Amino acid sequence: MNGEQGLFKPSGLTPMQKLILRFVVVGLIYYGFAVIEGMIMRIYQIEPINAVPDYQYFAILTAHPLVGIFGSTYSLVFGAFLFLVPFLMKKPLWSYKLGNWTFLLIAIGTLVFWLAGFITHYAPLYTLYWPLPADFTQFNPLGGTFFVAGIALVMLGTVFFVINIFKTITYTPEGWQQQPGKELLKSALGITGFKNLFRRKQEEHLVSLPVAAIARGTVDTALNAGIILFTGVLILIYMIGHLMGFDLKESAVDSLLYKNWFWWGLDLIADGMVLIFVAGTWYLLAMLISGKNLFMQNIARAALLVELIVSWTVWSHHLLSDQAQPGILKIVSGELVTAFELITQGLAFFITLATLWSARPLKMSNELKFLLGGLLGFALAVPAGIMQADIGLNRILHNTQWIVGPHVHVAVLVGLTMTLYSAVYILFPIVTNGAKLYSQKLANFHFWAHLTGGIGMGAFMGMAGLEGMLRRTIYLHGEYQIYMILAGLSGLLLLLGFLAFFFNIVMSVGINGVIGIFLPSRLDVKELVPEAK
Amino acid sequence: MVDSQIVLNGQTIAYTCYAFVIILLMGWFGINITRSGRGNKTGKALFYSFVSMLVVLGVSLHIVTYNTIPWAPMDINRANIKPDKTFAIEVANHEFRLPTEKLTINAGEKVLFYVTSLDLTYGFGLFRSDNSMVFQMQVVPGHRNDILWQFDKPGVYTIRSTEYSGPKGTQMILKDVVEVL
Repeated sequence: MNGEQGLFKPSGLTPMQKLILRFVVVGLIYYGFAVIEGMIMRIYQIEPINAVPDYQYFAILTAHPLVGIFGSTYSLVFGAFLFLVPFLMKKPLWSYKLGNWTFLLIAIGTLVFWLAGFITHYAPLYTLYWPLPADFTQFNPLGGTFFVAGIALVMLGTVFFVINIFKTITYTPEGWQQQPGKELLKSALGITGFKNLFRRKQEEHLVSLPVAAIARGTVDTALNAGIILFTGVLILIYMIGHLMGFDLKESAVDSLLYKNWFWWGLDLIADGMVLIFVAGTWYLLAMLISGKNLFMQNIARAALLVELIVSWTVWSHHLLSDQAQPGILKIVSGELVTAFELITQGLAFFITLATLWSARPLKMSNELKFLLGGLLGFALAVPAGIMQADIGLNRILHNTQWIVGPHVHVAVLVGLTMTLYSAVYILFPIVTNGAKLYSQKLANFHFWAHLTGGIGMGAFMGMAGLEGMLRRTIYLHGEYQIYMILAGLSGLLLLLGFLAFFFNIVMSVGINGVIGIFLPSRLDVKELVPEAK
Repeated sequence: MVDSQIVLNGQTIAYTCYAFVIILLMGWFGINITRSGRGNKTGKALFYSFVSMLVVLGVSLHIVTYNTIPWAPMDINRANIKPDKTFAIEVANHEFRLPTEKLTINAGEKVLFYVTSLDLTYGFGLFRSDNSMVFQMQVVPGHRNDILWQFDKPGVYTIRSTEYSGPKGTQMILKDVVEVL
């Protein structure tokens, strides 16, 4: 009940420690939702389940990535960064209240859109290709309204996160000497570094590299929130119009223009925020694990800026099979700029490994092994995506299981999630005031089950994709059954790995500890960790 | 024209080899990072060589595919190529409407598939009898969706929507309706 050796004492946690732990608990619960949904779909791909009609299957397929990204990843990442930015800058978070609102809005918003999809089967998928989200012959507009409202709550929480991050970087805490807000912002966004390229006298970087990475990824997070909110309002207009008896013309919105707009926004997450946040997290983890300075630090800073600009200009690789898309956009944005991701992500991969190598011999700790898993995930997933971002190859790969297996799932499950697990393991003693892990054997099982399960699932989906298996459809006659059974078994490993991790964490902090996280703290909100008495 | 299956086989071999190499490399790194040894410092020359290799790989991939995959240049230049045959196909209410019951093509002919959607975004793909894909494109309402293809060998193909258009879209399959003589 009280956790491993009774070391975890929630009454001694600061409000900030409790806040990040709440983000982690909710993020892991929603990760559990996504894994269970994933397993239902894995079984369905082996053989359709009679108890789950096709419209329910597609509702699950719609909710699955959104719960995974918004409910789980956003919770884990935002929680970690709301703690890390003040921690690294050695000053309090600008607004604890706003941080709490971010937590509540993401947790509640995810539940609202998940329930709306589950109950009403609103299922236009996350891509929402126009006019599908406004096709009320297939979908219930009331369910859709709640679905969009849930997403809007998540986006509002995201906007609060963005404000909190930039204000924390730039503000002057009470009783401090006036901080150079503008200069801090310039340094965080890379403007200082860019100007240094053309100056003899180099200006010093005022923020550390991990904070710069968080700031630049947060720019994409903000832009993406704007795009999703705007799109949500557009869809809501059609839904409310329909509910009020007006028949708004769907052709008023150009489907191709909409697709460009929406993919531009989505790629700010997939090719911007994720890659920048991940690179920044790799750098921070490598420095913390090795205790050394980052290898080629200036190049790493420059690459983060390049990555940010690249993320604004790569969206056309999703439209290589759209024949009306201008050829110049396909070649420049779809192929050439996208290829830069191989370079920027390759740089981050190399710099992280070189930094770790400089400190060997290192103990194979949980954070190190999960970091290596995360690096391997992106090393496998990025080239798989680059191959598809080619006019020739896209013709025979688009919308097959290739893209969703070796690229998306390996990037998200192995690359991103293992990086996050590494961060969780390294932050665990800091945010719990030294709680001890219940079982190292369970942590080892979690690592191997997650790594082999994630890579295995991606590989077998990819093999099916190369043989023509489409994503987003149902095969009724066991066409790809062998591959799907193997992918299903790999998915089962992922599920077991997650259960082992969850059990390990709960046993480490105890049931009383989990409850205590959600009780108010008596300590000062400005304290990150308890001050030594 | 080279069959798309040959390109897929090439890709399968290339990516599988790469995947094994990178997994082995990370395994080697994982073992050796825990051991002490000389040469802990990574040289700048190695770093810049690695960056150069990435640049060469990123750029050359597209140059190589453009020059070896025949449908890539044909696709970019299709407006300037006169097709031997054109099939105008409409899609509406989750149904393909073909100009004739079967689409018959002579091997070697360049064929233009011109597909128009009257409502939703769909996909248009051609599949072999073993379910492997010959090609696909997106079908966006209000826009021109056309693809030029050359079939070298006789065969029978199935049309299937390759884009999600709601649960009803899973049934958008016309079995064996394209015949190459």
